Amino acid sequence: MMDQPSAIELIMAVREFIEKHAIPQLQGHTAFHARVAANALAIVERELDQGAQANADEHARLTHLLGQAGTLAELNKELCRRIRSNAISWDDPTLVRHLRQATLAKVAIDQPKYSGLLNSTHTG
Amino acid sequence: MSDTNPDFTADLERVITRAMPGIASIANLKRLSGGASQETWSFDGAGSTGTTPLILRRAPGGKTVPRSGNAVALATEAKVIKLAANANIPVPLVHYVLQDGDDLGPGYIMGRVEGETIARKILRDAEYAEARPKLARQCGAILAAIHAIDCSHLPELNIATAEDQLASYRALYDSYDHPHPVFEVAFKWLELRLPKVESPTLLHGDFRNGNLMIGPDGVRAVLDWELVHIGDPAEDLGWICVNSWRFGETKKIVGGFGDVADLLAGYAQAGGTGMTAERVKFWEIFGTLKWGIMCMTMYQAFAQSGDRTVERATIGRRSSETEIDLINLLYPKAAAP
Repeated sequence: MMDQPSAIELIMAVREFIEKHAIPQLQGHTAFHARVAANALAIVERELDQGAQANADEHARLTHLLGQAGTLAELNKELCRRIRSNAISWDDPTLVRHLRQATLAKVAIDQPKYSGLLNSTHTG
Repeated sequence: MSDTNPDFTADLERVITRAMPGIASIANLKRLSGGASQETWSFDGAGSTGTTPLILRRAPGGKTVPRSGNAVALATEAKVIKLAANANIPVPLVHYVLQDGDDLGPGYIMGRVEGETIARKILRDAEYAEARPKLARQCGAILAAIHAIDCSHLPELNIATAEDQLASYRALYDSYDHPHPVFEVAFKWLELRLPKVESPTLLHGDFRNGNLMIGPDGVRAVLDWELVHIGDPAEDLGWICVNSWRFGETKKIVGGFGDVADLLAGYAQAGGTGMTAERVKFWEIFGTLKWGIMCMTMYQAFAQSGDRTVERATIGRRSSETEIDLINLLYPKAAAP
């Protein structure tokens, strides 16, 4: 077991240093890239917090939807293959539910304030 | 960005003073942006006629390199901007197209139009409050004028139908070998609805926030013509509707500032024919998928080509924004609250 602080706390400390102390002293392109860097760390914080559960949920849904076992990457490739070959129709309700849930989980990590996420619903 | 070596400054001054008789010297030379396909420099020409604000767009480092993706040659870009000016489309005035003997590489010199290109400012600042409600209609009218330009004497322009472009984005997406089931359903949806276009027209190819110079009075100039091509005119109208260009103003489908009805009304009023919301929707969905794949491409530039900026790396994580937009577009009933 690793000691405290947790990985999330370490990243949070670095992000807060960039936001509160480094950015005010930077200008132009460097300041812009520092904001992008802080944003990248915020993505990692959210992924460390939510990623394992999101991946486990996605894996369980894909196993059920496809009726076969495999890694998350293998199952996603298989799903792509079936959509492409029309083995699963693009508007199949179970597929649509899965795609919505998987995408909501991804955007919640990548960009929780994105307008398209706020437009969508968590039902279905 | 200050690689203003003395030779470059001297070469530019020599070229501009010869090409524009009213100018005797240049000042305030600074690089605005640099990409894989062009450099943009801002400077002032000074002389008997006063100060002339100018822009140089040229190949990176002045070297003739194949331009990335679907970009046309800089000289072609200049030709099309001149045609647009003749059609009364707001564009910068092209003063001079660089020649081989100029030692500056391929490119051209144009007027510098004052205004704002940053979408967040245009969509939120009070300065543009009066312009905003007019912009969708203006964009429609400008696009109708672009689509009416006769480009039959420009054989170098590519024809790119929806089918061609879908195939090339499919090949690009496949080459990255990273599964995006949402992109798969979008490809499927688009392949089932490929438009038949009777008469392809000239297209701007990248008509969106960021490439429009806006003032409190409205659109002052249409910039960045490097993706100009021939195809379905609805492509240009759909691209400016992609949610990623709305910067949070998501209810205003056209660029975050207007409605599709206004875009279409401006288009029809300026003589554009046969345009419908349905045709625009096809290309909005196409554009959303395209931007999602472009995000993957920019990540590849980080992973494969040594463009190790944190911006390049992070933009890969914007693919998911296009996926939620595609879901909202493809399955609208399920998206209703």
